[in-house]
Amino acid sequence: MPPSPGDLVLDAQDLHKSFATGRSGWHRTRVSAVDGVNLQLRAGESLGIVGESGCGKSTLARMLVGLEHPDSGSITIHGRDVTRTRGRDRRLLRRQVQMVFQDPYTSLDPRMSVLDLLAEPLIVHKRVTGAAARRDRVAELLSLVNLAPELMHRYPHQFSGGQRQRIGIARALALEPEVLVCDEPVSALDVSVQAQVVNLLRDLQHRMGIALVFIAHDLSVVRHVADRTAVMYLGRLAEIGDTTTVYEQPTHPYTQALLSASPVVDRSRRRLADRIMLVGDPPSPTDPPSGCRFHTRCRFRQDRCGQEQPALRPLDGPADRLVACHFAEQTRDPAGVR
Amino acid sequence: MRHAPESALHVRGLSVTFGTRRGPVPAVVDVDLDVARGELVAVLGESGSGKSAAARALMGLSARNATVSADALRLGDTDLLGLPDSQHRHLRGTRMSMVFQDALSALNPVLTIGDQIGELFREHRGMSRRQARAAAVDLLGQVGIPAPARRVGEYPHQFSGGMRQRILIAMAIALHPELVIADEPTTALDVTVQAQILELLDSLRRELNMAVLLITHDLGVVSEVADRVMVMYAGRVVEAGSADDLLDTPAHPYAEALLRSVPQVDQRGQALYAIPGSPPSPAHQPAGCPFHPRCSYVVDRCRTERPLLTVVGARTVACHRTEEVRHAAVTG
Repeated sequence: MPPSPGDLVLDAQDLHKSFATGRSGWHRTRVSAVDGVNLQLRAGESLGIVGESGCGKSTLARMLVGLEHPDSGSITIHGRDVTRTRGRDRRLLRRQVQMVFQDPYTSLDPRMSVLDLLAEPLIVHKRVTGAAARRDRVAELLSLVNLAPELMHRYPHQFSGGQRQRIGIARALALEPEVLVCDEPVSALDVSVQAQVVNLLRDLQHRMGIALVFIAHDLSVVRHVADRTAVMYLGRLAEIGDTTTVYEQPTHPYTQALLSASPVVDRSRRRLADRIMLVGDPPSPTDPPSGCRFHTRCRFRQDRCGQEQPALRPLDGPADRLVACHFAEQTRDPAGVR
Repeated sequence: MRHAPESALHVRGLSVTFGTRRGPVPAVVDVDLDVARGELVAVLGESGSGKSAAARALMGLSARNATVSADALRLGDTDLLGLPDSQHRHLRGTRMSMVFQDALSALNPVLTIGDQIGELFREHRGMSRRQARAAAVDLLGQVGIPAPARRVGEYPHQFSGGMRQRILIAMAIALHPELVIADEPTTALDVTVQAQILELLDSLRRELNMAVLLITHDLGVVSEVADRVMVMYAGRVVEAGSADDLLDTPAHPYAEALLRSVPQVDQRGQALYAIPGSPPSPAHQPAGCPFHPRCSYVVDRCRTERPLLTVVGARTVACHRTEEVRHAAVTG
């Protein structure tokens, strides 16, 4: 039963995840990868997640598809809590939320033919029985991602990067998921091939009404694909809202810096000089700064920022957008930005 | 072709062929290139386009199974062709240097940063250990590493990715070379750090009047810093010219298609322009123009006859239908 557009499909509340690193004993430290993230995803919408490496966007994605268990917080699908389910119930999560991985060169088993790769989820979930029926379904999946069904007896190494990513997408679609989580789906591909895959994902989203979580570091691709955009910094959401609003009126100082640092093909914008330059590198997530995690690199830093964690809050005005900054009203003001 | 007196690098007819078990594979074919001092030239290409093989050949760092040939290869007034390995080796570091993509594997993990930078000064400038260390501290400060006097004694793994890239740049500029070749120096970095590194490269080449050859696949990076661009496809140059011209009105269908496939703000919600197919492998190149199977301007002639690189106005283009491409680009 397909959900009607606008239904809440996926609801993640207050997700936390940390990993232990180093040797056991005294040197053991914890990396706080995701620290209190809330996300809602409605049927058929696309949510972009941007941020730098180490900001927790991949960990978040892996929690959404059930590859990692959150330390605390909950994930509900259609109102059903799947956070700590095991066994049979877990298949619900697996079936409805599927993942497209970053690297199509390592995410496909080289010893399995395309037919085996695409039939595997059908067998595991007992969706299609009978070899002939499975072959039909695999052919259907291949044509869905614009690959010729005759290619099903080939092996991954016989395909180019873009074709492999299509196979990865077909595999994710095999169980007719309602949510597709794409973790950097085009960054391992050649530039001239990226647009093909971006178009395919958008097309599938529109045709099948799938909700898309699109994680990328390429801001222009996210802007193109996403209805809403979330900006993450060191495990927390800095800003989330309607894509146009976030890109055209960025309010969190980090969003502003990230957007101005992103290279744009536009010679008139020229260029390095009038850019908000962030000093230093992102701090280590093993020892995140207190208060606002961005305060060590922020242009608008004040005493309060180092002590008190800013809550994600709506800004006054019509725009659909939440910001985690104590001084969002001031930073939004163009006079304050320049 | 104008030959500026302050030319740092002058290359004509550079070819690199790899010998493999399945026969010779041409990776770079007949590439011409000039970089003047203080100029930043970008080489734009995808994987397999030959851009990195060309860069390594210029540095004299080609793999053992590679055959490098050229009609002319000059660094400043020094002819690199037929230069004995020992002398070529002496030029590397002093007059030409390279910044690699993967800073962690380009640095020696068991030597401190100070030792690695200092080695350059001791080896090429005959400095004492103490002098070399002081010079290393200066240099680290110059590339924007905070507290250089303390960090000079640390090991590569103690630095972040952006800082390691700065260290590589410091080593590349240590002896004030005429030419720095940067092979995808920011690909592994985050955008905010990438912006810092690009700005560093840009300011250093102005201050030190260095020629920079930037190898990249990122049109955005090209647009941000390049003076001139050379677009490579399947081992050959398909278009070369000033960055302003080329990004504004590309004359080769490949350059035009690449630019067109970049997401634009006013096209949100529409399908992106997608180039069909994928780049050819150097071992199996199509006949005629190597881009013809993916080209939207293809005519019969393209399938059989490879277009030569010809001068059109201020740039060079290898396409039979460049007039139509430029016309389309101008009128939108």
